[in-house]
Amino acid sequence: MRYAMAIDTKKCVGCADCVVACQTENNVPIGHCRDWIVENTAGTYPQLELEIRSERCNHCKNSPCVRCCPTGASHYSEGGIVLVTGDDCIGCGACIASCPYDARYPHPEGYVDKCTFCDHRVKNGQKPACVDVCPTHCMYFGDLDDPNSEVSNILKKRKYKRLIPEAGTDPQLYFLI
Amino acid sequence: MMEEIITSGRMNYKIDPQLHIWGWEIPLYLFLGGLAAGILYFASYYYLRGKEKDMPTAIKLAPMITPILLVIGLVALLLDLNHKPYFWKLYTTIKLESPMSWGAWTLMVVTPVSIIWSASYLREIFPNWDWKFKWLYALESYFIRNRKSLAWIMIFFSVILGIYTGILLSAFNARPLWNTSILGPLFLVSGLSAGAATIMMMSKDKLERNMFSRMDLVLIGIEIFLVIHMFMGFLASSQVQIEAAQLFLGGPYTLPFWTIAVFTGMILPGILEFLEIRGRHIPAYIPGLLILIGNISLRFIIVYAGQASRYLY
Repeated sequence: MRYAMAIDTKKCVGCADCVVACQTENNVPIGHCRDWIVENTAGTYPQLELEIRSERCNHCKNSPCVRCCPTGASHYSEGGIVLVTGDDCIGCGACIASCPYDARYPHPEGYVDKCTFCDHRVKNGQKPACVDVCPTHCMYFGDLDDPNSEVSNILKKRKYKRLIPEAGTDPQLYFLI
Repeated sequence: MMEEIITSGRMNYKIDPQLHIWGWEIPLYLFLGGLAAGILYFASYYYLRGKEKDMPTAIKLAPMITPILLVIGLVALLLDLNHKPYFWKLYTTIKLESPMSWGAWTLMVVTPVSIIWSASYLREIFPNWDWKFKWLYALESYFIRNRKSLAWIMIFFSVILGIYTGILLSAFNARPLWNTSILGPLFLVSGLSAGAATIMMMSKDKLERNMFSRMDLVLIGIEIFLVIHMFMGFLASSQVQIEAAQLFLGGPYTLPFWTIAVFTGMILPGILEFLEIRGRHIPAYIPGLLILIGNISLRFIIVYAGQASRYLY
């Protein structure tokens, strides 16, 4: 099983509903976020091109955060989801420094926190909160090992890119372009 | 033109607008760890070469400050943790892929060894010292008999400790400035140089002092070679590493790096030590202190600048 997410940059309007849904679903402490919206403007006026991306932890296959964690608090869970066990985390910050996406942050309680792909929902057959709430249905979540899953199907049809694959992390967020 | 902004307002603590997860604690610790590693390396090296009589400061006196340095370093490391009550989890596993993990274990070996080494010489340095208990005297004579084994342990783990202070950073490919394998050897050599400088300042023996002054000159030469090599590597590498090098070549860290870390901390003491060898009288503490200042600022600058260097996408 390999969980992954595809995000359609052509459909995303940057409303930040995913951000709010995540904060509500996961009790993210105020002032923090596990997912965020990036607006990328390229070109010179009036020839401008806008790309909007809903970003979060890439749940990399070759995660530097899991590798550098001294206690094993950062680990791979079922389906390749990268999780942090708060009670094993000493808050040394190594994983935070190791993440090229800056997807992690120290929780006010001390341990390191990040996107979990809403594993508590996924276990029950639900989709992550951000995917569920998206008003433009621009996000797809599922198992890449299953050729008939929603995410596998959309990746067969559409062109996509991944963020900083040159960092060697093998990220599992696919941005449809 | 390309502009990228986070419109949903991500302002995560210690992450935005620029990563600053590590403050003063880590560079201070890297300095103290490197310095202790340098002193302990020379102590065990000269002990194993049978120079106990010629190098009394290096072998007996200077190691006495290493337990203090290491304990301050450990306290700094503890202060750096965000989840302090759980620090002991470090010692529930060994993860070889994680420099933070094997570094923590190295400290767990080096710190007690440095205490034992110092204690075994305590009565030679302070003849009036009384261990009070019989078993402590027995323990002392046991360690004195086994000094050679201690020295072998110490020389091995002091090199690991010295090199680990650099590898800790170079293991992070997310920060292009740190992601160079030169950083391990650079920090090792710079730690040895700090160790030699400290021994030089503490020594009252002219021959020993000159010996370490010469040694420092060689080490400084290697350091400068490694710094040049590091920049050659960056500039011949990918865009992100070219940008990382730019932080020091016109960017915000140019002035502190070249004036404090390189000129004041390497070139100037190098010149002073060269003059000393040529017969000028220069008090040992001047080049010595300059080297220590350069050493600590090198670590501060690398740790801070590294957090400013990143991949852009």
